[in-house]
Amino acid sequence: MTVASSDIVTGAINRSLPARVVARTGGGVLRIFLIVVALVWLVPTFGLLVESFRDPAQYANGGWWDAITHPGQLTAHNYVELLKNSTMTSSFLNTIEITLPATILVVLIGSAAGYAFAWMEFPGRDAIFLLVVGLLVIPIQIALIPVIKLYGLMGISGTILSVIMFHVGFGLPFAIFLLRNYFSGIPRDLMEAARMDGASEVKIFFKVILPLGMPAIASLGIFQFLWVWNDLLVALVFSNATSEPITVALASQTRQFGSSIDILAPGAFLSLIVPLIVFLAFQRYFVQGVMAGSVK
Amino acid sequence: MPEDARVAPAAPTSPPAVAGGAGVGAGRAQPPGKTKPPRLPGESRWVAALFIFPAGIWLAAIVLYPLVYTLIRSLFHDGPVGQATSFAGIQNYIDIFTQSDSFEAFKNNVIWVVVVPALVTILGLIFAVLTERIRWASAFKIIVFTPMAISFLAAGITWSLIYVDQPSQGLGNAVLTGIHDTVSPSAAYPNLHPSTQVTLLDGSSAKGYTTKKQYAAGAPAALPFTGLDLLHPPSNAQPAAQPSGKGLTGVVWNDFKAGGGGTPGKVDPGELGVPGVTVQALQGGKVVGSTTTQPDGAFSFPGLTSGSYTLELPASDFSAAYTGVSWLGPTLITPAIIIAYLWIYAGFAMVLLAAGMAALPRETMEAARIDGATEWQVFRRVTMPLLSPVLLVVFVTMVINVLKIFDIVFVMQQPAGGNARYANVLAVQLYDEYGNQQYGAASAVGILLVILVIPAMIFQIHNFRKSQ
Repeated sequence: MTVASSDIVTGAINRSLPARVVARTGGGVLRIFLIVVALVWLVPTFGLLVESFRDPAQYANGGWWDAITHPGQLTAHNYVELLKNSTMTSSFLNTIEITLPATILVVLIGSAAGYAFAWMEFPGRDAIFLLVVGLLVIPIQIALIPVIKLYGLMGISGTILSVIMFHVGFGLPFAIFLLRNYFSGIPRDLMEAARMDGASEVKIFFKVILPLGMPAIASLGIFQFLWVWNDLLVALVFSNATSEPITVALASQTRQFGSSIDILAPGAFLSLIVPLIVFLAFQRYFVQGVMAGSVK
Repeated sequence: MPEDARVAPAAPTSPPAVAGGAGVGAGRAQPPGKTKPPRLPGESRWVAALFIFPAGIWLAAIVLYPLVYTLIRSLFHDGPVGQATSFAGIQNYIDIFTQSDSFEAFKNNVIWVVVVPALVTILGLIFAVLTERIRWASAFKIIVFTPMAISFLAAGITWSLIYVDQPSQGLGNAVLTGIHDTVSPSAAYPNLHPSTQVTLLDGSSAKGYTTKKQYAAGAPAALPFTGLDLLHPPSNAQPAAQPSGKGLTGVVWNDFKAGGGGTPGKVDPGELGVPGVTVQALQGGKVVGSTTTQPDGAFSFPGLTSGSYTLELPASDFSAAYTGVSWLGPTLITPAIIIAYLWIYAGFAMVLLAAGMAALPRETMEAARIDGATEWQVFRRVTMPLLSPVLLVVFVTMVINVLKIFDIVFVMQQPAGGNARYANVLAVQLYDEYGNQQYGAASAVGILLVILVIPAMIFQIHNFRKSQ
């Protein structure tokens, strides 16, 4: 298996249909088409970036592209104001406080369960695992009302903990599914050798399974991180004004789109820059996570 | 990650010792003889219980118990503050289809499911095929895949900015008006009307204006108008001039200049021509010629040298300037959100399909080529069938995602104001009913969503068992 095949950068080995088209037409049309597509994909985000650096007084006078010919419209003022805006800064911190525990818990609990499903014998194991596979597609919407009542009974309504707990619950089916499949591919000899040396199951889990399972755990971690960071619906339902993440804080401003653009554009950019960095830095693991859920 | 791209069937396993750590799910076949992973017998059950317990309790509390609760709650009527009152049977389900707002949501969900998975899969396939041998394919793929990493909220704000109505502010309408003005450059003058002092024309700005008398070659038609914005005249407008030349000719000009003066009906010095106006020549009620005025307002039909003609300035000359479409208006809001969604998910399909194609046996295609198959035949008869399992997985994953779609619709509904309801989908409807404490109605919508994903669930379990 080559690294490339699991990467975004997937190279073909042989002469294929487009290869021959390229050879015959010099690739001019194809190349122009792909450049246009790439531009179409870049322009929306680029526009948001430019808008976030524009003087909001200019918004009503013209689009962000005016700033290309009139660079005087550009200013860091919006970002300075955003950092002074306590709603935005505290919601940004809330996003971090929600995302990190929700990611770590899913990885830990999912790893333990994945190990049990892969390597331990217990009654009903395969049936329970099929149930987990089925739960993968259950929409989170069905859980909103009962869970909010449950949180009321537990006295944790509106807290960051309540948001985290929900994310962990709906992150687990995928985590168990992914990790069980990966762990079951770890060579049996390694575990038997550890047992010979008198290692306990807990020790095997930490010393053998987790280190060898790192690629899958990394994929899961990136995935869960991005999913929780970018979530809107769960936080919309379970958080309140003091625990809301940045997605909820921004969503509440979208109704007055034009007059809030000086908050929306830089806020949206701030909220997307973290996942963007995570994605570009760990792109390979991210793609693996997507594919583990999909391609056979 | 916007919602779940993580759904879907049958994960592959790449044992680290074999794969050299290359990772999960690289789209490769499993090593032979690994139909069932070997198990270690004889673990004490309480150790297993210890490992399963945290996940079990969590799934029971957050997923399984709510599923049962919601199913039961959906069968009861709602009191004013969300309490269940009497047993309703399937009334809440019937209401989904009989009440206009929830039925609108259902219809939109149907549109999403019918249109979007197919479009995403096709776009992804096109991109995957076209980039196969491009040197900068990886850069292209990262660009197209990156929207997957950002939130639906950020994407929604990004696209709401594009969909702002005014062409001067929203890129969508700026592009549309740009294309429109390039394709049909004739200018439109909503305020222009025939001079009231010289009544040569009949009609209205809605129907266009027609001359009362007929004109022939050699006798230029002078068509006086007023109402041109003299403070901001068309940038190319020049002082009006009587036309010369062969055939039927004439001039359309603004019979008034700043400061007044001049003779009504006569082209006086300083009066501006009206450029870019469409003029049609009619004979017997039929259009026999069409032309556009010059910067000085002059027009001519060099081919019409004999006979006499009625002249018409069609209504399009007087319609308001084209300002694009109302992206977030009643008819276009769902297509507009779908475009934003395609922007997010095309990369997902592209990456999966590209990986699937890279894993195909090249020899098969080479053999087909040697046998004389054309490239299209190879693609249609060899590549596509081999790729169909991946295509199916992408398609099913998208169906699941689209059924549950919430965030991007919710976000882009906000700037749409009163038109938001035209974009409603089931998940948003559920959220609204939850907000109104109509828990029975909301629960029914939730269970309907579950029922709709059950085929996908069966597909997934089936696929998983096949891989074991």
